[in-house]
Amino acid sequence: MPPARRNVVFWIFGGGFIGSLVSFLYPVVRFLNPPAVSEASVNEVVGGKEQDLAPNAGKIVKFGTQPVLLVRIAQTEWRAFSAVCTHLSCIVQYDASRKLIWCACHNGQYDLSGKVIAGPPPAPLKEYAVHLRGEDVVISRG
Amino acid sequence: MLPTQPIHRKKTIAAWFQDRLAWDSISQFLAHKTVPVHSGTIWYAFGGITLFLFVIQVVTGILLLVYYRPTPAEAYESVQFIMTRVAFGWLIRSIHIWSANLMILSAFVHMFSVAFLHAYRKPRELVWLSGIMLLALALGFGFSGYLLPWNTISFFATKVGTDMATFVPWMGSTLGRYLRGGDAVGGATLTRFFGFHVAVLPALTSLFLLFHLGLVQKFGISTPPWVEKRFRGAGTKSAQMPFFPDFFLHELMVWYGALALLGILAALFPFGLGEKADAFAPAPAGIRPEWYFLAPFYTLKLIPGHVAGIEGEVVGLLGFGLLAFWWAALPFWGQRPDGTVRSKLVTGGAVAFIAYLSTFSLLGYLR
Repeated sequence: MPPARRNVVFWIFGGGFIGSLVSFLYPVVRFLNPPAVSEASVNEVVGGKEQDLAPNAGKIVKFGTQPVLLVRIAQTEWRAFSAVCTHLSCIVQYDASRKLIWCACHNGQYDLSGKVIAGPPPAPLKEYAVHLRGEDVVISRG
Repeated sequence: MLPTQPIHRKKTIAAWFQDRLAWDSISQFLAHKTVPVHSGTIWYAFGGITLFLFVIQVVTGILLLVYYRPTPAEAYESVQFIMTRVAFGWLIRSIHIWSANLMILSAFVHMFSVAFLHAYRKPRELVWLSGIMLLALALGFGFSGYLLPWNTISFFATKVGTDMATFVPWMGSTLGRYLRGGDAVGGATLTRFFGFHVAVLPALTSLFLLFHLGLVQKFGISTPPWVEKRFRGAGTKSAQMPFFPDFFLHELMVWYGALALLGILAALFPFGLGEKADAFAPAPAGIRPEWYFLAPFYTLKLIPGHVAGIEGEVVGLLGFGLLAFWWAALPFWGQRPDGTVRSKLVTGGAVAFIAYLSTFSLLGYLR
């Protein structure tokens, strides 16, 4: 077979083979990509009763699928922040002895307005609004 | 005549298999295979120990599969069941974990032995590269297996690890979703990691292991440059010993030693299970990853949020990537074009690498 004709056959069969591989792999790659799951948007949640959380204490509250840190700084002062550390997504906690928000994974520290004061986090914590509705402590998107 | 009949039958059966398998070629091969005498030293034993511990991992892993259930609702409880209700369940799990740790330690010792003994030299570059790949797969086994008990520590280790993947330039978020099976660590992550741990990684490891061992068989055990020089100076070939039974029995003895150590550690220091993972609980104080991830863990603690305008995590990831690439490329910068080794450079690089790993691992453990 002349070389030029052999090249044509090579490219047809080679191209066909690679094309068939792509057609096998494409569905596999798509299959492994998790589908987006739509979730009902949550705009506010009740974080508990006012008397359940003492001053200078914090707790994690479920805000839809996201964890939110509710902090009672003083008798009448409440704050809430996303509990997901902006460094590598660990869940932060309130450190009552140092009066700050702390991430145990890489020692990230935030003040009580969510700003980074020490450690590796690159950004502040997102703040949520808190208000009282009767005895209920209500957290809502700020 | 009667007593001789079984012998005849045995011979007939052996001949039947011999006609179909030609297995005398194996015994012929073993009878003639030799290895260098210097390979009897301890530094040449760690490749075999790693392989032996991998076999133990496969066996104990299959046993654990009988009871383990990979869902967030049942994973923790099934491991608890294995440890408290199943006969010797605690021991099988403890052997699996200790063996995993010892296997990675042994793989590291093997890797650094190869570097110090300059066994990566031409034509063994691909042996080195496939070995590095096997170490990466072993770390992948460690990372994926760590999540399977679905306890607090493993949950946060996976959160951090998969979040690191999201900082890979251009493809980070896609990679993160592929690893987690969604936007956050959850049930989909557990089933994926289970799939990686018991199917994908074993399949890849088997392929690379066959390649690695095939090349070791093809090229034989390496001889360090100074031993080569000594024999060349004396005008003789390097001293050899029979593979079977001399080297084989030596290896068997070392493996028994490793098995004894494994048995002692597994029986006297069994691993606990900790608390069940809770996606809405804060990371507990004192949280740290497995010892082989301590050095990058502590490095990440030290890198500030931004370095020269770039996010700290990206800097960390690039740093780890470059370090891994530099080390994997050792056969290419560790020898001159004429094939002689850059001995001081390789030894210095290996010592610096060990110093970084050990110092940062220790600091990560203590702080």
